[in-house]
Amino acid sequence: MSWIQITETENIPPREGRTVKIGELSIALFNTGEKFLAVENRCPHKGGPLADGIVGGTTVTCPLHNWRICLETGEVSKGCDAQLPPVTQFPVRVEEGLIYLQTA
Amino acid sequence: MKQLVVIGNGMAGVACVEQILKFTHDFQITIFGDETHVNYNRIMLSSVLAGEKSADDIVINDIDWYQSNGITPRLGVRVTAIDSEARTVTGADGSVTRFDKLIIATGSSAFVPPMDGVDKKNVHVFRTLDDTRDLLEKSRPGCKAVVIGGGLLGLEAARGLQVQGCAVTVVHLGDRLMDRQLDPTGGMFLNRKMKNLGVDVLLQKSARALTGNGKVEGLRFADGEEIDAELVVIAAGIRPNSALGKLAGVEVNRGIVVNEFMETSHPDIYAVGECTEFRGELFGLVAPLYEQGKVLAATITGNKGPAFESKAQAAKLKIMGVDVFSAGVIDDSDPDVEVVAYEDRSLGIYKKLFVKDNRLVGVILVGDASDDHKYKSWLNSGEDLSKQRKHLLFPPPSADGGLDVAQMPDSETVCGCNGVSKGTIVDAIHTHGVETLAQLKDRTRAATGCGSCSSVCTQLLKAVAPGFVEDKQKVLCACVPFPQEKLKDIIRSQKLKTAQDVLDIYGNGKGCAVCKPALSYLLDVIHCGEHEEDRSARFINDRVHANIQNDGTFSVVPRMRGGITSPAELRKIADVAEKYNVPLVKVTGSQRLDLLGVKKEDLPKMWADLGMPSGQAYAKGVRMVKTCVGEQFCRFGTQDSISAGVELERRYENLFTPHKYKMAVVGCPRNCAEATVKDLGLIGQEGSWQVVVGGAAGKGVRKADLLVTVETTEQAFEASDLFFQYYRENANYLERTYDFVERLGIEKVRKDTVYAAPEAKKGLIERLRKSKDKSYDAWMEREAPRPFQFVQIEPVKEAVFA
Ligand code: SRM
Ligand SMILES: Cc1cc2nc3c(=O)[nH]c(=O)nc-3n(C[C@H](O)[C@H](O)[C@H](O)COP(=O)(O)OP(=O)(O)OC[C@H]3O[C@@H](n4cnc5c(N)ncnc54)[C@H](O)[C@@H]3O)c2cc1C
Ligand code: SF4
Ligand code: FES
Repeated sequence: MSWIQITETENIPPREGRTVKIGELSIALFNTGEKFLAVENRCPHKGGPLADGIVGGTTVTCPLHNWRICLETGEVSKGCDAQLPPVTQFPVRVEEGLIYLQTA
Repeated sequence: MKQLVVIGNGMAGVACVEQILKFTHDFQITIFGDETHVNYNRIMLSSVLAGEKSADDIVINDIDWYQSNGITPRLGVRVTAIDSEARTVTGADGSVTRFDKLIIATGSSAFVPPMDGVDKKNVHVFRTLDDTRDLLEKSRPGCKAVVIGGGLLGLEAARGLQVQGCAVTVVHLGDRLMDRQLDPTGGMFLNRKMKNLGVDVLLQKSARALTGNGKVEGLRFADGEEIDAELVVIAAGIRPNSALGKLAGVEVNRGIVVNEFMETSHPDIYAVGECTEFRGELFGLVAPLYEQGKVLAATITGNKGPAFESKAQAAKLKIMGVDVFSAGVIDDSDPDVEVVAYEDRSLGIYKKLFVKDNRLVGVILVGDASDDHKYKSWLNSGEDLSKQRKHLLFPPPSADGGLDVAQMPDSETVCGCNGVSKGTIVDAIHTHGVETLAQLKDRTRAATGCGSCSSVCTQLLKAVAPGFVEDKQKVLCACVPFPQEKLKDIIRSQKLKTAQDVLDIYGNGKGCAVCKPALSYLLDVIHCGEHEEDRSARFINDRVHANIQNDGTFSVVPRMRGGITSPAELRKIADVAEKYNVPLVKVTGSQRLDLLGVKKEDLPKMWADLGMPSGQAYAKGVRMVKTCVGEQFCRFGTQDSISAGVELERRYENLFTPHKYKMAVVGCPRNCAEATVKDLGLIGQEGSWQVVVGGAAGKGVRKADLLVTVETTEQAFEASDLFFQYYRENANYLERTYDFVERLGIEKVRKDTVYAAPEAKKGLIERLRKSKDKSYDAWMEREAPRPFQFVQIEPVKEAVFA
C-alpha cells in the first residue's frame, strides 16, 4: 500500500493541527506533541473543521460546538447522544523528519 | 376596630407597625408622613448621594405593603396639632383624624447652628430623600462644596459630593473629626484617610456667616477667615422633633419622654424613634430604635412585658475604604479604665479598647473594622475577658478565615440594624435552604440596614450553606484543579511563561479547550504581555485572527475606531469585497463593517489589501467604542464624544480581556450610542463626564454603575484606564464586567480604582502601559505567517516503503 509524503515535521507545531488536501479528501493532521495522528477533517456533528480545534493530549475539541474527538480511536466523547460512528482515521508514519499518510 | 394613628412614616415608626402586625391585625392603622415617599431606608441616603444606589433601591415597604395590610398612608401630610382630650390629630390639609391610640414617631430634624445667611440658595441639610435629590442635582464636577460638621453624617455627605465630582471641604468645630466617637489619635488617623480620599478638612473652625448675593458664595469663620463655597451642606447634628408632644400636653424634655414600655405621660399616646428621650438619653442610630419598636408593639397590643433598655451605641462610618467603628464609652480619663491599643501609621490602622474590671466598655477601630461584631458582642454581653487578655486585639494564631464565625455564639448579633443573630441566620440556612446573600436578606432582613455586616453574612453562608460557592473558589477545570485566583499566584510566583508549563507542572499535562484559552489569558495579563505565546492554547479565532463561521469560513471586521470611516476606506472595503467574492457585507451591531464568508487562505491577502488594523471582533479582548456624533455636529452635544471615543479605542485596542470588552462614548445623557449598557461608557454632560461600568445588553440587560464623575476628558480616560486594568487583573476568565461589577459591588470597585491609594493606581496604570507597549496588531502576521497558518498542506508525492 502506498504512502503519501506530506511535509516536514516542524511544519506542524506541537499540539496543533493542519489541514491536508488530498484530491477531494480533507484530512486533519495533528502533532500531539508526542506523535502525529490524522483523522477526517469533518466533525460528525455538523461538519466542523477538526484541524482548527484545540488539542489536549490526544483529544481534539471541535471549534464549532465543542464536541470532543479522540484522535487515537476516532471516538466521539462528548455530546455524542446520537451514537455516531467514529471518525475515520488515517495511518501516519514519520521517516527522517518527514510525515507520510496513507489514505486508502 | 380600634383606630391607631402613627405620626411619622420613617424608619422607627414603620418598623414598629411591622412588629404590631406580627401580634394583631385588629387595628385600623393610619400613618401620616410629611415626606411624599413611601417608607425608605434613610441610612442609605449616603449611598444614594454617592451614586451607589438609586431611590428605588432603598424602599423598605412599597405601596403594596400598605395596601395589603389595610394601612392608610397619608403621604405628604404634616400633622400640625394633637388634641389629646378629643383624641384627634389635625393635618396641614385641614383633615381631622380620630385615634384610640397614637404613636408619635416624628424623628429628628437637622440642627442648623445660628449663623447668618443660612437661607441663601444652595445651602442644604442632609436628612431626607428630597434633600439628597437636591444635592445630587446641584453637585457638579469642580463645584466647591463645603460641609459644615465633621461627624458621621457630615463625612458621608462629603464623600457623596466628592464622588459626584465636587471639590469638598469639611469644616469642623472640634479639634478632630467624629469627636464624639474618636479619641485624638483616632481622629488623626481618620483625618489622614479623608485627605487621601481628596476631601479637605478644616478643624477648629467656627462658621459664622454664609456670604453671597442670593446664592451662597462663601463661608466666613469666627476668626474672620473666608473660603469659597458654591454648595453648602449643614450636618451639625440633629434635634428631636418633639414639638407635637408639647402640643399634646405630654411630658417633653429635650425629646418626648418615654418609659421602658415606650409610654408617654398620656395613657394612649406613645412615642418611638429619634423623637424620644429615655432616661435622659437621646438617639441617633437605628438599632436601639428598632428595639423600641419591638417593645412598643408588645405594649400597645396588650402584651406589655418586654422592657426597653439602652445598650452601648455603636457607630460605623459608611465610606468605602475608610473603616471607622466606635462603640461604648471611650473615656480613658477614668482611673479604673485600662487601655489596650495598637497603631500602625503606614497601614493607617488604629485600634483601641477600653477595659474596666476585665470587661470591655468601649472600642475604637480605624482602618480595619473587620472585627467590629466581636467587640459589639463583648460590649453587650459584658463577659469577663481575663482569659482572653492576650488575644483582645488579635485572634489566637492558626485561626483560619472560617474559624472566626464558627466561634461566634449563636446569640451574637450579626446585623445590628435589624437585630439579627447568628442563630437566626444559621437557622434560615438550615431550615429554609438559604444559599445566597440575596435570599438571606429576603428571609431574615440581615444586611438590609447599613449593609456593613454583609461580609460576616457571607462568611456564615460560606461556612454553613452547602450550596454556597464563591465564583473565585471554583476550580478552573479538571485538567488544572485550582481556582483562578490560585492559578494567578502560581503563575506569578513560579514565573511560568507558557500554558503548557502550567499544565505540565500543576495539571494533567494535557489540558483542553476550557483551560487552555483561560491559561493563555492569565499568562498574558500577569506577565503584561511578556509571556511566551503558545498558539496551540488559543482558540482558532485567535490563531487566525478572524471569527470562524458555521461552514468553516471566517469573517473579517476591520477596526473602525469610534465607528468613524472615510470614503477612501469604504472604497477599499468595497474593492476587497469584490476581489475576494465576499458573500456578505454587513453593518454590525457595533458600528462597523463585517465581511463574512471569507476563506482562510484569503485572510492575510485581504488584510494586506485593506491596510486596516484588526477589529478584534473574534477575541476575548477589546472590541470597539461606539460613539454618537456629539458636540461636533449634534445640537444637544456637550462633549466631543467622537474624539474621546476614537482615543479610547486607541488606548486599549489589541489588548486581551477576561471576556469581550465593549465601550461607548456619548455627548449627552440622551445616550444615542447606548453607553449605559456597555462594559465601560463615558457620558458627557455640560462640563463633565460620567464614567459608568458594568453595563450589559446581551443575554441580560444591566444598567451600568456610576464609577465616578470627572471634569476633564483626561480624567475620564484615567478612570477608564484604572477600571480596565483592574478588570483585566481581577475578573475570572469569561467573566463579563456586568458579572464582575455585580459580584464585587461598585463600592469595592471604586475603592480599588478611582479611590485607591496613589501607589495602587500607579501600579495599575504602569502595568497597563507595559501590556500596551507589548501589544500589536494581529493582522500584521500576514507578513510572516507561521507554517501553514492560513493555507492547507498540499501533499508532495507518493512514496513506497518496504
Ligand atoms: C457580527 C455580530 C452581529 C452583527 O452582525 O451585528 C455579532 C456576532 C456574534 N456574536 Fe455578538 N455580534 C455582534 C454584536 C453584538 C452586540 C451588540 C454590540 O456590540 O453593541 C451584542 C450585545 C452587547 C454585548 O456584547 O453584550 C452581542 C452579544 C453577544 C453575546 C452575548 C454576550 C453576553 O454576555 O451577554 C454573545 C455570546 C457570548 O459572547 O458568549 C455573542 C456572540 C457572537 C458570536 C461571536 C457567536 C459565536 O460565538 O460565533 C457571533 C459571531 C458571528 C460571526 O461569525 O461573525 N454576541 N453581540 C456583531 C459584531 C460586532 C462587532 O462589530 O464586533
Ligand atoms: C444620611 C443619613 C445617614 C444615616 N446613617 C445611619 C447609619 O449608618 N446607621 C444608623 O444606625 N443610623 C443612621 N442614620 C440615622 C437613622 O436614619 C435614624 O436614626 C432613623 O431614621 C430614625 O428613625 P425615626 O423613625 O425616628 O425618624 P425618621 O426616619 O426621620 O422618620 C421620621 C419621619 O417623620 C416625619 N415627620 C416629622 N414630623 C412630622 C409631622 N408633624 N407630621 C408628619 N410627619 C412628620 C419626618 O419627615 C420623617 O419622615 C442616618 C441618617 C441620615 C440622615
Ligand atoms: S444574535 Fe449574535 S450569536 Fe445569535 S445568531 Fe445573531 S449574530 Fe449569531
Ligand atoms: S460541528 Fe463540531 S461540534 Fe458541532
